[in-house]
Amino acid sequence: MQVGIALWGVAVLLASAGVAALIASHRWARHVGYGLCLGACLGLMLASGHYLVLAPAPQSLHLPVGLPWTGAYFRLDPLAAYFLLVVNLGGAGASLFAIGYGRNEPQPARVLPFYPLFLAAMNLVVLADDAFGFLLAWELMSLASWALVVAHHHDPDNLRAGYIYILMASFGTLALLLAFGVLAASSGGYSFAEMRSASPAAPGLILLLALVGAGSKAGLVPLHVWLPLAHPAAPSHVSALMSGVMTKVAVYGFMRMVFDLNGAPAWWWSVLVITLAGISSLLGVLGALMQHDLKRLLAYHTVENIGIIFLGLGLALAFSAHALPAPAALALSAALFHVFNHSLFKSLLFFGSGAVLGATGERDMERLGGLIGRMPLTAFAFLTGAMAISALPPLNGFVSEWLTLQAILISPQLPSWALKLIVPAAGAMLALSAALAAACFVKAFGVTFLGRPRTAAAAAARETDRASLTAMLAAALLCLMAGVLPGPCLDALAPVVEALTGARMPPQSWLTALSLVPVAESRSSYNGLLVFVFVAAGTLLSIAVVYCVGSRAVRRGPAWDCGFPLVSPLSQYSADSFAQPIRRVFGRVVFQAREHVEMPPPGDARPARLTVTLKDLVWDGLYAPLAAGVVIAAERLNHLQFLTIRQYLSLVFVALVGLLLAVSIWT
Amino acid sequence: MDVMLALALQGGQMCGVLLLAPLLLGFTRRLKARLLRRRGPPLLQPYRDLLKLVRKQVVLADNASWLFRGAPYVIFAATWVAAALVPTFAIGLTFSWIGDMIAVIALLGTARFLLALAGMDVGTSFGGIGSSREMLFASLAEPAMIMIVFTVALVAGSTQLSFVASFMHDNVSLRVSLGLAVAALAIVALAENARIPVDNPATHLELTMVHEAMVLEYGGRHLAMIELAAALKLLLYVSLVACIFLPWGLAATGSGAAAYAIGAALYLGKLAAGGFFMVLFETSIAKMRVFRVPQFLAAALMLGLLGTLLLFVSRSF
Repeated sequence: MQVGIALWGVAVLLASAGVAALIASHRWARHVGYGLCLGACLGLMLASGHYLVLAPAPQSLHLPVGLPWTGAYFRLDPLAAYFLLVVNLGGAGASLFAIGYGRNEPQPARVLPFYPLFLAAMNLVVLADDAFGFLLAWELMSLASWALVVAHHHDPDNLRAGYIYILMASFGTLALLLAFGVLAASSGGYSFAEMRSASPAAPGLILLLALVGAGSKAGLVPLHVWLPLAHPAAPSHVSALMSGVMTKVAVYGFMRMVFDLNGAPAWWWSVLVITLAGISSLLGVLGALMQHDLKRLLAYHTVENIGIIFLGLGLALAFSAHALPAPAALALSAALFHVFNHSLFKSLLFFGSGAVLGATGERDMERLGGLIGRMPLTAFAFLTGAMAISALPPLNGFVSEWLTLQAILISPQLPSWALKLIVPAAGAMLALSAALAAACFVKAFGVTFLGRPRTAAAAAARETDRASLTAMLAAALLCLMAGVLPGPCLDALAPVVEALTGARMPPQSWLTALSLVPVAESRSSYNGLLVFVFVAAGTLLSIAVVYCVGSRAVRRGPAWDCGFPLVSPLSQYSADSFAQPIRRVFGRVVFQAREHVEMPPPGDARPARLTVTLKDLVWDGLYAPLAAGVVIAAERLNHLQFLTIRQYLSLVFVALVGLLLAVSIWT
Repeated sequence: MDVMLALALQGGQMCGVLLLAPLLLGFTRRLKARLLRRRGPPLLQPYRDLLKLVRKQVVLADNASWLFRGAPYVIFAATWVAAALVPTFAIGLTFSWIGDMIAVIALLGTARFLLALAGMDVGTSFGGIGSSREMLFASLAEPAMIMIVFTVALVAGSTQLSFVASFMHDNVSLRVSLGLAVAALAIVALAENARIPVDNPATHLELTMVHEAMVLEYGGRHLAMIELAAALKLLLYVSLVACIFLPWGLAATGSGAAAYAIGAALYLGKLAAGGFFMVLFETSIAKMRVFRVPQFLAAALMLGLLGTLLLFVSRSF
């Protein structure tokens, strides 16, 4: 019974939270705490992987804890097993990284106990099989991660990030609570089994609530505002978990509610999801391009990738709504594979940024540079992650985006006119965001690791420790493996997809030389293994030929730069100057970017200044008025605090009469 | 025996693109010079240049990293694989299925990513300006290319170039969407190969340059690999246009030696025609300001999107 093993794993995580709280002050605490987490995650990973490979019937378990009259239900089905695998793969990587990275933590007692709790909560969300347990675990996940976000609470920015995060998280949980309320109203029970058997009264309303609830946790535009603030504020291994894993738990929540518990999809659901997904992917990457804080840049990229995942989910909904199960299976496979891929490369990139932060104390790219010579292995791992997230072959990000594009190419079959117009537009947004992501990661890698060091801290950096390096290189290797051998990965996904759409992609594992054929060979095929082999062989061959035929001599000298001698490292292209042309082309509309040059008059020795102002239209247009409205309402209602006793009594009387009237009219 | 023949054909394609790429470059340079009433360099000059560069000592900047030294070879290999995936004289070769049009574009993206990083490696302002502008152009050219692929794939029902070519060959028809696609592809090809309205391949020491600014710090064998990759990329785009829009003469799998010979001869003719039209366009237009280029490329993106939208509305466009 893998579900039993999984629950024992969760119990170990909960216990290690207690242990960590007791021993947090010791020097070896991080080895014990994170070591326990690593072990538990590996165990959970094996259990879920074993279940997924065997793909037996769903396993249920009922424990007499929780609400007295219901207890707690747990269930392991292919969907849950897959997300359990993703959560614990990310968890194991982050724990391994943290064994080394934890040394940089000034106050381990603020991080160590909450970290296992956070992992346990994410596992419980995936395992829960009743609304009560799901919401409890969801809220525990929010609170534990909030505690980790405000771990460094002396920084006012982190406090603000934590405040916005907890507000948005509560709002999201409220939406989910209402969604489960609507689901439970028609089934009469809180267990998922009862909800599944009943047909819900208002499936459209449930979709909207699930989209708001899970979308706010995943970072779907316009509910993403907390994400670029909160994810970078946490310690780096927690940022990796929040960006790489917690957003996936949110995707799981959405899929569980919409694909599993809710009724048959209507066509307009997919229009909504695809529109939001396209906007998310584009706004996410454009937001990332405007950043010069390495971790915040990565957090914005999470918004982009969540958009790509939701694009796949939206396409799957569209195909399902029009009774096209095979294309739905392709779109869903693409989305699920991107879930896996994103959790890998986003964790890897956050580890890399953590290693840089640990080595230099800097997150601001404008104060870094030249780290490739000082941290070569970190640079190599980060480069792999950067190429994977930019959807470049032969790495894994390309495969899932390629599958999404293939799903888009089948969608002219869809009869609905709205979809016929929106799907190609979303495809263009996907292509645009992939190309902009490449530009963004040239900037991120180029400014951080290449060039000359811009500060003394960057010049004095040392390679990071062995545990962190192991975690990063293992993640890089997995990125390559998943890109080169996507067939077996997609076959492992088949039971999940089959359970949700009723169809699966054709088996991929043993096709000619492990190539990927989503529909038919005459339509499209891709073979990551051979592309990798050919590129690698071409590289080696060209090196061999050049070294045989030509000169091998190398002379080192000062850089040429068109004859200008190298001056201050500040004359290099910085992150902002790299993005300036893109800001000029895209930012005028999206961010209302305005540049103001302040030029001193001739003869004045003051330096000229360039000021750039960017506006966040989502914040200004949606959240700022909302916050202002709340303040105004609070001030108006403040009068209620200062009434006389007569006025209070008459208020109570009026309320009572109103309620009685409502009840009499309602029934 | 069949397997040996098929592998030989595939090998012929790989070596053929490699050998022809500098010749195409030499042809365009010569032709351009003639159109400008100059005599121009000999046709084989690019080969001589490459050989000269390979034999020269490499001068590296003091702080150049392993990425700077390794990137040229990977850039070359990725471009070579991409160029060999585009059918030239025959379709359905042994390894034609390992990647489709999207993979070809993405492989070029890999090469560009590494080239832009190499431009930033030494930490000079010229390298940065080149990388930044190259990525700006790519951020519009690449989605435009994906939209062109969508248009072609929706017409042909495949993203696999061999199937696209044979479909286009068997179902010749004038379509609005394909007209939009060919216009967009021409724009993208000019931009991607750093040709005149976008960038000037002959310029140096000017603030307008993009590609040349990125490779400014390179010399010797490294520069030779990058130049060869650039020549391969030009050949790739001409082959791509030829294979999608002029698929005549491509030898099918298992056809006789005569068919392959005809295919090869026609391919040379198509390359020459492609080079001629490109040079003709280049000599009749002035270079744009850098910030006009995004508008030029956005036009390609919109044309591609329009073609795709039309095909989503009705397959008959």
